Amino acid sequence: MREITYRDALKEALREEMLRDGRVFVMGEDIADPFGSAYKVTLGLSPEFGTDRVIQTPISEEGFVGAGVGAALTGMRPVIELMYIDFATMAMDPIANQAAKLRYMSGGQAKVPLVIRTQGGPGRSSAAQHAQSLEAWFLHIPGLLVAMPSTPYDAKGLLKTAIRLDDPVMFIEQKLLYNTQGPVPEEEYTIPFGVADIKREGSDCTVVATSMAVVKALRAAELLEKEGISIEVVDPRTLFPLDIDTIVASVKKTSRLVVTHEAPERGGFAAEVVAQVADGAFGYIDAPIQRVCAPSVPPPFARNMEDYTMIDEHKIADRVRKLVRCEI
Amino acid sequence: MNNETREEITESPPRDLAREQLLSMYRRMRLIRGFEDTAQRHFEAGEIAGFLHLSQGQEAVPVGTCAALRSDDYITSTHRGHGDVIAKGCEVKYMFAELYGRTTGYCKGKGGSMHIADFSQGIIGANAIVSGGLPIALGAALSIKLRGTDQVAVCFFGDGATAEGAFHEALNLSSLWQVPMIFVCQNNLYGLSQPWEKTAYECELPRRVSTYNIPAECVDGMDVIVVYQAVKKAVDRARAGGGPTFIEAKTYRFLGHYVGDPALYMPQEERDAWRKRDAILKLGRQLRTWEYITDEEDEQMDTDVETELAEGVKFARSSPIPEPEEALADLYVHFDHQGNPL
Repeated sequence: MREITYRDALKEALREEMLRDGRVFVMGEDIADPFGSAYKVTLGLSPEFGTDRVIQTPISEEGFVGAGVGAALTGMRPVIELMYIDFATMAMDPIANQAAKLRYMSGGQAKVPLVIRTQGGPGRSSAAQHAQSLEAWFLHIPGLLVAMPSTPYDAKGLLKTAIRLDDPVMFIEQKLLYNTQGPVPEEEYTIPFGVADIKREGSDCTVVATSMAVVKALRAAELLEKEGISIEVVDPRTLFPLDIDTIVASVKKTSRLVVTHEAPERGGFAAEVVAQVADGAFGYIDAPIQRVCAPSVPPPFARNMEDYTMIDEHKIADRVRKLVRCEI
Repeated sequence: MNNETREEITESPPRDLAREQLLSMYRRMRLIRGFEDTAQRHFEAGEIAGFLHLSQGQEAVPVGTCAALRSDDYITSTHRGHGDVIAKGCEVKYMFAELYGRTTGYCKGKGGSMHIADFSQGIIGANAIVSGGLPIALGAALSIKLRGTDQVAVCFFGDGATAEGAFHEALNLSSLWQVPMIFVCQNNLYGLSQPWEKTAYECELPRRVSTYNIPAECVDGMDVIVVYQAVKKAVDRARAGGGPTFIEAKTYRFLGHYVGDPALYMPQEERDAWRKRDAILKLGRQLRTWEYITDEEDEQMDTDVETELAEGVKFARSSPIPEPEEALADLYVHFDHQGNPL
């Protein structure tokens, strides 16, 4: 199968859906050519589709995210690009009070087929306002769906599904994943929301990981394999809806669980997974459930400090090793 | 608007509104007033829960505005939105049912007074976040432009919203995109308790708004004909591709911010003066002067409105209370609240 980047996979999804459905349009800051968006996902779309369907906005997040909600309510299918997830703070009303609530508040009348593509995560010395991992905020708000693809294949398939759904989706990418490569079929496919993917099978410990943490968990698996420790890496792909059944089945098989993400540990997605596994696989768990997450501090600027706060394959492998050796 | 124009309108019937239209507007204003008076009574009697933000005194603004709209045009409204949605076509029985938290309400009891929506009539939601409707109406207007129809999107909001960032973002983007959006600011002189003139150094809204290169005017919000004419002009311009318009309608909230607020911050002389300018009484005088309505017909209309309201309350009271588990429904199109596919 051909290999393409995460960036190109996303671009293909946008392009194919825009060709398939005239109601789909993209909107956001600096997304038109020649700049083609901060991480170049939309590069090339404005010459092909014109500036009516690739709408470049001023720096006006509340305005254009809110406009996306209004357009979604009235027959369009907007895909908004929010350049950094940190900027969601500027658009929290349209996301949390409007997109998430309008269907419910109207007794099921409204449909909000809105996708908000954004990206987060540390790793580029972007500091505390350009490197956060805020997925737990959106996961916590009833009315939103949350996707976090970790591979080019998942990115394309999930984005196509997100665009076709009639519910609002926070589609959270990761800035260091854009250049990663992976197999993506040429032919049409979509990936349903709420279906986890076992990225690597294993027997000693289940590692649930999201987004960039999946890449790191897979590297940890390589390290551990040399020591004779086999981990199963489960990528939920969508945080909500969450495929807890696949996770629980994996834990029942391995009897151990580590949950890892780049976001700070306190109040994070991992806590939700742990709670649900404690409920669903209580009698099967042989060791304390562990979280490998960032400490609850903002992302620092200096490279060594940022590295210190970031999860990596060694931190994941160390925790798994201790768990398997009963050192925790 | 100068005084001469006002006198002219008072003395001779407007050429752009037929008798039937004016009578319909008159009835609609009385229906709104009656709806709110009735809701207030039942709220005070403990039959209706939550908050009740009333708009007695402001009826001319929504009725004048919606008289210039089609059924397929969009409106967004506010926490003080009963008048806006009745003006656009909501039926009082389903509104009462919503206020009573019944399954037959517009939102099946999930929205209440502040969130009435009827998507079949372009009412894409009353919004309880001050300025929340502005970017949404902007998006509806963008959608109209992208779909190439000749609809318009009207955003109702209060003077309080003009200090919000979303107000300025919506003005800027609507002007930049030249979308068919009409900003209708119902300036009732108070944002909750805060007097309007204490919220900005530059209080002349048309002056502030015109810097966005949007046609802007201030009209008498206590004159339904004047409001209609201003909005009609804006709607015609928007339908013809002329972009957004801003209309400030100066009006007055006869009562407090919500039921239970004694409104000690509103001076009695001011309240009395505005009461004398009641837009419903004014239109009634005009209709009689123009011999569009007789005293008997006026009384009959009053009876009809009272009957509609009484039947509405009866409908609400006799409608089913939702099953508590209904709280879990209507969140997503494709999933239940726990994420299971529907």
